[in-house]
Amino acid sequence: MSSFDWTVITRNVPWLWAGMQLTLLLTALAVVGGITVGVLVAICRLSSWKPLSLLAKIYVDLFRSIPLVLAVFWFYFMVPIITGQPVGPFYSIVIAFTFFEGAYFSEIVRAGIQGVRRGQLSAALATGLTHFQAILHVVLPQAVRSMYPLLVTRSIIIFQDTSLAFVVGLTDFLTSANIIANREGRPIEIYCFVALVYFVVCYAAELGLDRTTKRVTR
Amino acid sequence: MIMIEAVDKWYGQLQVLSECSASIDQGEVVVVCGPSGSGKSTLIKCINGLEEFQKGQITVDREPIKSASTNIYKLRSKVGMVFQNFELYPHLTSIENITLAPMKVLKRSREECVQRARKLLQQVGLSAHGEKYPSQLSGGQQQRVAIARSLAMDPIVMLFDEPTSALDPEMINEVLDVMVDLAKSGMTMVVVTHEMGFAQRVGSRVIFMDAGKIVEDRKCPDFFSNPNSDRAKAFLSKIVKH
Repeated sequence: MSSFDWTVITRNVPWLWAGMQLTLLLTALAVVGGITVGVLVAICRLSSWKPLSLLAKIYVDLFRSIPLVLAVFWFYFMVPIITGQPVGPFYSIVIAFTFFEGAYFSEIVRAGIQGVRRGQLSAALATGLTHFQAILHVVLPQAVRSMYPLLVTRSIIIFQDTSLAFVVGLTDFLTSANIIANREGRPIEIYCFVALVYFVVCYAAELGLDRTTKRVTR
Repeated sequence: MIMIEAVDKWYGQLQVLSECSASIDQGEVVVVCGPSGSGKSTLIKCINGLEEFQKGQITVDREPIKSASTNIYKLRSKVGMVFQNFELYPHLTSIENITLAPMKVLKRSREECVQRARKLLQQVGLSAHGEKYPSQLSGGQQQRVAIARSLAMDPIVMLFDEPTSALDPEMINEVLDVMVDLAKSGMTMVVVTHEMGFAQRVGSRVIFMDAGKIVEDRKCPDFFSNPNSDRAKAFLSKIVKH
């Protein structure tokens, strides 16, 4: 063990923390954006208007059959062309994650909505609520109970997947560690530490999920 | 108030309603009965557009259901409906169940809606249960909350789809009592039910259905004392026997 120098970690805490902040921010935005898109796509998918539901299905199938890194590249190069101005790596990756994860979230939300008894929607519609209001106020709050564990699990995956930020030149937690490892010539210590941090965060989230599931799904 | 004109409905190849016609006037209590699968529930769900039909027309308060110019949501807000399985929203309290639609659809203030909800809960005998969730209520209580929920929209007609079929025998009467009060207050009601006692007490007319057709449409006492069709005779003899 004497050949290991663990102070390389303590010496570089500010760098690593800066990277972690970006990782957390990306995760938060991807989860919020992804769930928002997911809910909208799920509602479209369940629409009785065929063209809309078909469009939503194509969207979901498309994004679920391409690698995430391809989506990231695609948005990085395409968004500036479509909007006519550069949006920078940060926004392009946030947009990529939002649309990509939206496809996965929409399937979770769809299954959750379909798990709610059909009569609940009928009852809500019978009182004069619109389809959208009925889904929003009556069906979704009930669907959340079955969706909750899957939503959290997916969010944990997103936390890990944000490490892809390096492909557009952003310095997330893993990328900052990578830079330090190269600079200091201490890859083993750094990568062990990084693995430990990812493990602790994800495992804590899993534990939190277990503890809260009963309360949410009562 | 409600005109049902030659309504046909198919599920794929299967015809579930054929040539159904009837009219319901203001203040009438019309009981719809008949054997299982005869199309009773389907017919009343057509009245508020929860079920689509392929042919014919239904007019509620002079507004045709099948018309591009009709706002179906607005029409539904005037037509109350009570379901066999209550369908209270399990994540909301009694008060919240009752106030949701008036707040979202009629855009009334929360205070006004809560005040009204308390009055309605009193009317159905559940003043003490406003803050409870459906899972904390018995079936009979849930159904009475469901009736209050419909009444909160000030409907011009109330539809009941087998409101007591899912209830324990002991709880049937507490729901029927509320419905009798409602009928006596002059509410227009269309009730799918097997409770012939209720029909005889407050029913103005009976519509008897079999195999998707309206077989008889008679004044209440006449139907029970002197049914026209053999099918209705057989039906009545079976349910009266027990």
